[in-house]
Amino acid sequence: MMQPAERFNLPARFLHWVMAALVFAMLLMGIGMVSTVSPRYHLILPIHRSIGTIVIVLVSVRLINRIMNPRTPPPLPSDLPNWQKMLAQWSHWLLYTLMFLLPVIGWSMLSAADEPIVIFGSVHLPSIVPPNARVFALLRLAHTAFAFVLFATFITHLGAALFHALIRRDNVLESML
Amino acid sequence: MPRADNSRSNLDAHPTQLGGVRAQSQNTWGLLLRNPIQAIAIGIVLVSVIGLFAYVGGYLSPHRLSPKRMVDAFEEIGGGAHQGFRRAHAKGICIAGSFQATAVARSLSTATIFVGSSLPVIGRFAESAPDPYASDSTQSVRSMALLLRPRGAPEWRMAINDTSGLQGSTPQEFYENLRASTPDRQTGKPDPKKIAVYLETHPEAVAFAARMKAKPLASGFANDSYNSIDGFIFVAPDGRRRLVRWSMQAEDPFATLTLEERKSRSSNYLFDDFLARVARGVIKWRLIATLAMPGDPNRAGQVWPSDRQQVDMGELTITGAESEAPGNCRDVIFDPLILPPGIEPSDDPILSARSAVYSESFRRRSGERHPLSAVANRSAGSP
Repeated sequence: MMQPAERFNLPARFLHWVMAALVFAMLLMGIGMVSTVSPRYHLILPIHRSIGTIVIVLVSVRLINRIMNPRTPPPLPSDLPNWQKMLAQWSHWLLYTLMFLLPVIGWSMLSAADEPIVIFGSVHLPSIVPPNARVFALLRLAHTAFAFVLFATFITHLGAALFHALIRRDNVLESML
Repeated sequence: MPRADNSRSNLDAHPTQLGGVRAQSQNTWGLLLRNPIQAIAIGIVLVSVIGLFAYVGGYLSPHRLSPKRMVDAFEEIGGGAHQGFRRAHAKGICIAGSFQATAVARSLSTATIFVGSSLPVIGRFAESAPDPYASDSTQSVRSMALLLRPRGAPEWRMAINDTSGLQGSTPQEFYENLRASTPDRQTGKPDPKKIAVYLETHPEAVAFAARMKAKPLASGFANDSYNSIDGFIFVAPDGRRRLVRWSMQAEDPFATLTLEERKSRSSNYLFDDFLARVARGVIKWRLIATLAMPGDPNRAGQVWPSDRQQVDMGELTITGAESEAPGNCRDVIFDPLILPPGIEPSDDPILSARSAVYSESFRRRSGERHPLSAVANRSAGSP
């Protein structure tokens, strides 16, 4: 029998921390830009769109890495209560799903609004949904709602990581360092 | 990092047994109680992150001018939200035609819009009121909105008004102006005292009112001219960046109507006249850029001296008009910051606000049922 991994593999750890920074920044940029009419709105919007496409690429690489290395997620401590194990598993898949869905919905909603989708200053992304105001309305609502769910999941994830590191003092956080 | 003994992974343990789970669940809360300082520290971190999110989102700053507050103000002026309609410039009609640039335009901007042959244009004429059923004789601000979409090249959107400049130069001034001119719920009219107080402290608004009074109102959409309001940057092929404003200047001869004449007409006379005019033949405007001189204020509330150099950038030809419907101009956001490379936003702060507010207006109306407009089921020319 193979020994279970002690830590996530290097690509997983690297992607985790890069994406943690990007996703947190995206949540702040998103909530911030819709809160103001100041020039910050127009400053942040193109950055938000550009990072969104980076997140789609990174989360895809990350999922492939995860699926191709089924041994890489180290097992959770065996004495962890079952509800916490379930919560950990479900919240991780929720995080993966939302990190993928949110930028895809963003791209789709701009397509449905018939807006040009420009990233990194001059790269035009193709439209992936035909123009339709009703579809835009649904996607726009989903973009906000899922962003709040992602933020709540992120907070839970952060709280759990600190709980493992500071209170249980097990190797859960370490496995990602 | 210190480790508790029980932290070692042990694959042989069976924590799924019911008794074990309950004991360990209690243990989790017990752990928190036994480590109060760490528990409080974690709480502080989480509350701080949530607080940061709330602060950035404006939840802790009720006075921050958000697109929501601005659109709410428009809705209040219009006597409440008019479901399905744009929250400002609500009463409008879709237009279509083409744009042909002049050769000299290419020396001012590298935008592909100015290169080559005629390109398709769709757009919209509207009155500025948030009420989509306003009577035309009561309205004094008209707008033209355009989407120039060359095949395979970046598009250019604009929303331009027949006013000379704006009531103010910052979003905050514009918002306060909206609030001061919002009709009182009891009287149905704006409170003259509030307007007087506003004008006392806002000389740009006084100057705007004077310019409005001095300018005769065009008799229709077709012989009216429309201004960019805001400043933009044209980037020339040699890299030179010029601050410009532009206008669409009507080729139809200017005419005006007296107030009595306007009041005697139907409530949709502007649109009826325009449809009749399109039916008679194409209507043309010239795109005229005005180049700023050093020191000219890039403030929407201030006009530039009339001797500034003007450049003829091209000709807009409108060939048809039809009522708003899915697939034409109805669901287009005429965001003035959707610009092709070669045309850039200036630091005029009104621009970002317009972009944000138009987006919020579209967010609201896109999910609503679209009632028939005041000028429904009409068309003329070849849209």
